[in-house]
Amino acid sequence: MPEAPPPIVIPTRAALFTGYLKIGMFGFGGVAAWARRVIVEERHWLTEREYAEILGLGQILPGPNVGNAAVMIGRRFHGLAGALLATGGLYCAPLIILVGLCLFYDRYGQAPAVAPVMNGIAAGAAGMVIGTAFKMAGKLKLRWDALAILLLATLAAAVLRVSLPLIVLVLAPVSIALSLRRAGLIGGAAAR
Amino acid sequence: MTLILQILATFSILSLVAVGGANAVLPEMHRQLVELHGWLDDATFSQLYALAQAAPGPNILVASVMGWRIAGAGGMAAATFGMLVPSAILAWGVAGLTHRLRGAPWLKPAQGGLVPVAIGLILAAGITMAQASHSHGVMPLVVVAASTIMVWRTDYNPLWMLAGGGVLGAVFLS
Repeated sequence: MPEAPPPIVIPTRAALFTGYLKIGMFGFGGVAAWARRVIVEERHWLTEREYAEILGLGQILPGPNVGNAAVMIGRRFHGLAGALLATGGLYCAPLIILVGLCLFYDRYGQAPAVAPVMNGIAAGAAGMVIGTAFKMAGKLKLRWDALAILLLATLAAAVLRVSLPLIVLVLAPVSIALSLRRAGLIGGAAAR
Repeated sequence: MTLILQILATFSILSLVAVGGANAVLPEMHRQLVELHGWLDDATFSQLYALAQAAPGPNILVASVMGWRIAGAGGMAAATFGMLVPSAILAWGVAGLTHRLRGAPWLKPAQGGLVPVAIGLILAAGITMAQASHSHGVMPLVVVAASTIMVWRTDYNPLWMLAGGGVLGAVFLS
């Protein structure tokens, strides 16, 4: 379904903070799905492609991919203040909730008995993450060789349980070489 | 005080080897905290991991919970700071580098090459979460499927799906 991409909106400092506050607060089971939804779909700070490229960079660096992306996106719009506001927004609500959970744990010696509810929410969150991956792959119209890399990464991580640093170390150079070759920047030999 | 500094140092190193985020660094975190330093036992480590999962936000905050357990509020601050700041500084530097290189013809294609790897690992994370929820029977898989389709094919707010999953969990899993 081809749709005109909405105009890009440059967030104010306050918007950067509140946007990331929402990402952190709603991100049960991880924040990847909410980050893309807020940044690309709801607030139009970045296009699908720009966001995916920043996330890709955040993925190969150490640390959480969305956290790294928050630093880079914050810096892009408002320099150091932006990076601090985006990062602060992302972590502040979850940290407050965690302090509460820790106090509860210390007092009662076990995690609060919300396991069944959390398991149900976790199932919903799992679907959110899977749906987000499908949506990104579809909207970016990846070529067959890029799709092959995507599926290899999934297979290695989810089925074969290869360690993530190893996957990144092997697949990222191959994928970059393929992408450079597609752009006509290097010859066939280097791309395997 | 030395304990706090040790926590800070340990998590700073973990931060710099955490390629792939929280789930990738968990085995090394276990090795450091349980086996090398003996700060936590096995059961506590697992319980704290589950506790961190109950809160929203990036899973890397599992480090904060561990820090709390080891040395209270100061431990939590040291672990959180150590886990987040070194990798954030690295990301800051790389963002500056890509900004300086933005005219280079190879930058966009090279960055584009990372996209399929990133999406593939997101998909893998979702599948791993779905597998974990499957250990509670078939109902969670129905929620996973419904939520996948809702997020993929519609623009409805996924909060409804999370709320629905929570209600179904309370009714069918308890």
